[in-house]
Amino acid sequence: MSAGKLVRRRAGDAVFKVFCILVTAVALVALAAILWSLLSQGLGGLNLDVFTKRTMSTGSHGGLANAIAGSIMMCALAMALALTIGVLAGTWLAEYGGRSPYASVVRFLNDVLLSAPSILVGLFVYELLVRPFHGFSGLAGAVALALLAVPLITRTTEDVLQLQASTLREAGVALGAPLSYVIHQILWRSARSGLLTGALLAFARISGETAPLLFTALNNQFFNFDLRHPTANLPVVIFNFALSPYDDWRRLAWAGALLIAGAVLAVTIVARIVAQEQKRS
Amino acid sequence: MNTLNVAVDEFETSIADVDRAEVRVDVRNLDFFYGKVRALKGVSIPFVRNKATALIGPSGCGKSTLLRTLNRMYALYPGQRAEGEILLDGENILAPGVDLAQLRAKVGMVFQKPTPFPMSVYDNVAFGVRLYENLSKADMDARVEEALTRAALWNEVKDNLKGPGLGLSGGQQQRLCVARGVAVRPEVLLLDEPTSALDPISSAKLEETVTQLKADYTIVIVTHNLGQAARVSDYTGFMYLGELVEFGATDEVFTRPATRRTSDYITGRFG
Repeated sequence: MSAGKLVRRRAGDAVFKVFCILVTAVALVALAAILWSLLSQGLGGLNLDVFTKRTMSTGSHGGLANAIAGSIMMCALAMALALTIGVLAGTWLAEYGGRSPYASVVRFLNDVLLSAPSILVGLFVYELLVRPFHGFSGLAGAVALALLAVPLITRTTEDVLQLQASTLREAGVALGAPLSYVIHQILWRSARSGLLTGALLAFARISGETAPLLFTALNNQFFNFDLRHPTANLPVVIFNFALSPYDDWRRLAWAGALLIAGAVLAVTIVARIVAQEQKRS
Repeated sequence: MNTLNVAVDEFETSIADVDRAEVRVDVRNLDFFYGKVRALKGVSIPFVRNKATALIGPSGCGKSTLLRTLNRMYALYPGQRAEGEILLDGENILAPGVDLAQLRAKVGMVFQKPTPFPMSVYDNVAFGVRLYENLSKADMDARVEEALTRAALWNEVKDNLKGPGLGLSGGQQQRLCVARGVAVRPEVLLLDEPTSALDPISSAKLEETVTQLKADYTIVIVTHNLGQAARVSDYTGFMYLGELVEFGATDEVFTRPATRRTSDYITGRFG
């Protein structure tokens, strides 16, 4: 290689490296700024009342306990629904559907759903479960959240199953086991940490979703453990309180935002640890 | 001995003296297709009871394809199909309506790379047995021990049966796969380049295992290692471009190959 070419190549390399570092720095600065405002504003609002008292009118020293409970219930139900549908659909795509036309259609629609705006999902569930039953409900909220999680789980399930060595599948079948048995006894087990990671990511995605809940679960000033009725939840409470002119409500909104971020962070860390374990074994 | 000439086709297949009564698996005029590509062309080959038959030949010659028709593993993949006859105990396993699970319980397989399941050593071996038999704990323990002993692995794992199968070394994993295969008491054992991912010492151990297993099983082994074919097999089939070029007793094929292509391959002139 000529000396000139080598110099040009090194210069290009240096320029590109600097560019990459700058872009990374921009992203990190934005992230740090968000975390900083969240921590500085949210920590002040965080106290025991947040976890023990329900949301109340301004000036009454309320908390977020009903919203926390509602969010946990709806997220749990949504995840149960989404895992059932998503894992089965992803398994079908990976193991049975293959390149058949029907599988291609399912895969395409799943990708569309994956990138669908969450507010549309909320409106869809509003038409499906709120209007016909003349009332907002936690159930509708859970269904809306599940609809957001399903495509994510379907996709990751298909991906992690396809990563499993085809020899593992063949080895099970070679012993005379039906494919379905091989799937749930060997392949799911072998892919379990990948499946878990996908589930945790889906949970992180839905735990902060506000738009789909506005049209479905709405909100509730009180504790509600009957999901047929409107149910308080953190994202909508944050939305309402943050837009209010009252200082105590806005402090609670910050505290709620910090709680969601903390929960997502915890879940992400768990997902990372699980992924590491997978690599080691 | 009642001998017949088999495996004669329009190509240069040599003639082997095989006792027909001892043929366990009889492949007759087998064609195999990957979509439109014809990977096996009119292959006829007998596999003899309690003997090991080696399939040798250059990469892509169809030896693994032939092996995978014997337990119909190819049926997992749409677009792959076999035509012809494969008689196992007189029944054509290529016929429609054959119960694949039962066929595969009779015809075990060990793969090129070790494929332990993500479970304990014990559960790996018991996996196939549980599919077909409802054994008591004591009987299952005995079966697991027997299988691991046959695979020459028992002494190395007997104190850690609850440990993960994936925690074993590569050579041990491969012998675990052999144990898993023999635990269901198949009639035929297929080995697809079983030592290609193993170090020499593990390979030697596995070869020893195969030699011992011959007492009870009909063994078909695909190998790139000609020394291995010579050491473990009683019969050898040499394949080339989807055809069985030569078949015969291993010492015949290796010392007096009947065709030029076989002798070229064996002496390393091509392949």
